[in-house]
Amino acid sequence: MKKNNQQMLKSIIYHVSICVLAFFMFYPVLWLIASSFKDTKDLFQNAYQLIPQKVLLSNYVEGWNGFGGISFATFFKNSFFIVIISTVAQVFSSALIAYGFGRVTFIGRKFWFVCMITTLMLPHQVIIIPQYILFGKLDWLNTFLPLIVPSFFGLPFFIFLILQFIYGLPFELDESAKIDGCGKFGIFFRIILPLIKPALITSGIFSFYWKWQDFFGPLLYLQDTKKYTVSLALKMFSDPAAVTNWGAMFAMSVLSLMPAFLIFIIFQKYLVEGISTSGLKG
Amino acid sequence: MTFKRKKVRDHENLVGYICIAPWLIGFFIFTLMPILTSFYFSFTKYDVISMPEWHGLANYKDIFLTDARFLKSLLVTFKYVFLSVPFRLAFALFVAVLFAQKRKMVGLYRTLFYIPSIIGGSVAVAVMWRQLFGVEGALNAILIKLGLLDNPSSWIGNPKTALWTLIILAAWQFGSPMLIFLAGLKQIPKSFYEAASIDGANRFQQFWRITIPSLTPVIFFNFIMQTISGFMTFTQSYIITEGGPFDSTLLYAQYLFEKAFRFYKMGYGSALAWILLLIIAVFTSLIFKSSSYWVFYESKEN
Repeated sequence: MKKNNQQMLKSIIYHVSICVLAFFMFYPVLWLIASSFKDTKDLFQNAYQLIPQKVLLSNYVEGWNGFGGISFATFFKNSFFIVIISTVAQVFSSALIAYGFGRVTFIGRKFWFVCMITTLMLPHQVIIIPQYILFGKLDWLNTFLPLIVPSFFGLPFFIFLILQFIYGLPFELDESAKIDGCGKFGIFFRIILPLIKPALITSGIFSFYWKWQDFFGPLLYLQDTKKYTVSLALKMFSDPAAVTNWGAMFAMSVLSLMPAFLIFIIFQKYLVEGISTSGLKG
Repeated sequence: MTFKRKKVRDHENLVGYICIAPWLIGFFIFTLMPILTSFYFSFTKYDVISMPEWHGLANYKDIFLTDARFLKSLLVTFKYVFLSVPFRLAFALFVAVLFAQKRKMVGLYRTLFYIPSIIGGSVAVAVMWRQLFGVEGALNAILIKLGLLDNPSSWIGNPKTALWTLIILAAWQFGSPMLIFLAGLKQIPKSFYEAASIDGANRFQQFWRITIPSLTPVIFFNFIMQTISGFMTFTQSYIITEGGPFDSTLLYAQYLFEKAFRFYKMGYGSALAWILLLIIAVFTSLIFKSSSYWVFYESKEN
């Protein structure tokens, strides 16, 4: 009985301390959400308070109007357009490439694989300048193309992640499909692709996040306000020199986090398992 | 027979190259060619409008001998990387150990604590951070309320504290290494701990003598990945502090961006990029080299 009590006490201490920790960790996020509902006076006078004196929705309405006559609807549309196309392209091409490395024996496979792994550690700063000049020569500046087209060529991180998954599938599957008259591509589409769904979803989520949050790419390549993505628009919207409506800035910040947040809630199982098993960075 | 086998092999080769073709083409166009061009550019003067002009080692000479901001940005970046990475990893390990216990709700906690990492790289969080630590931000309001501070001062505007706001933001995003640590913790055999507690080792001793040594391969992996990405940090400093005040948060990536894309000094920028590549390569290989002293692989011990 005494031992039971002690266990209970330990358990309470454990959960309470985690909740305290969680409060400190989530304070900034809660504060952001609270601020998005406050009026300007409330924002500065009760800066730290998590409960607005009066819940205002006007920040969202005003923020949504955007700037320069262009509303956030346009920015969200641009972001979704870029993110959806490049995520689908990136995941599919990475899966095909991973299949090639994992299941087909061809001359030079090892060599190219080492090349690919090496690029994982490459700082992108080294390639960004020539890439910029290349896209300039192609007349792609101020278009979505520099942000979308490279996605069609796979991403080493995802290739590696999917490959790890393919290695886990028994070879007998391929053998029996071959006996049934399946070619190499038939095996890929009918056998492998359906089986690696969890790896595809994990890659898809990360691709979505990285593309959604990408700031450097849009900053470099997009000039027209009409073409801005959400992240670039938010930066311009929140420039310390230009901001007058703080509440609206917070409101749009909250909105910009929503897609990532929703995807996280829906797919969190795949995400947590994906990172734990593959060691993928977030 | 041999003819047929050769045909099969040719077919396999063809299929293999078709499969990896997207990567191969992308590798040549978007990675290999740019790396080589950027190496060439680093020896030129190039402003995009006119043709690159051969300059020999002039860029490198300027960088190492006369560029004070280069040195400053290098120092800032080192400080940032060598403070933020250990903080992030220590915090990740601490939380992972808490969540490795078999208790109720742990699955939920694990998911919850990953959330900052999901949103951490976004502009929205950078904007939030800037306000949080600003003059009229929540931190000041709390400190004044608690009587710990008399006059509000900007944590971002002060050269002494500005970099720390970025380091705290980096530590806040400990989710990925935490999940990797958790996976590592699960693989430590329970029998190790049972044997240790029979021998009378307390929790603390068990942590230092069993948990840490068993985790060294995972710590090694996390350390490498986080160090590399630490050197490339850009968005946060660009939005929160803009490198200021007085260049106290001028991270290397931002300095490079300024040189290349604000002043269009592409040759100079390329040289900076190559120096960054070398620095990362040196650090990565140093960590790899050092690993034989502190990383323990189970299979090796036999």
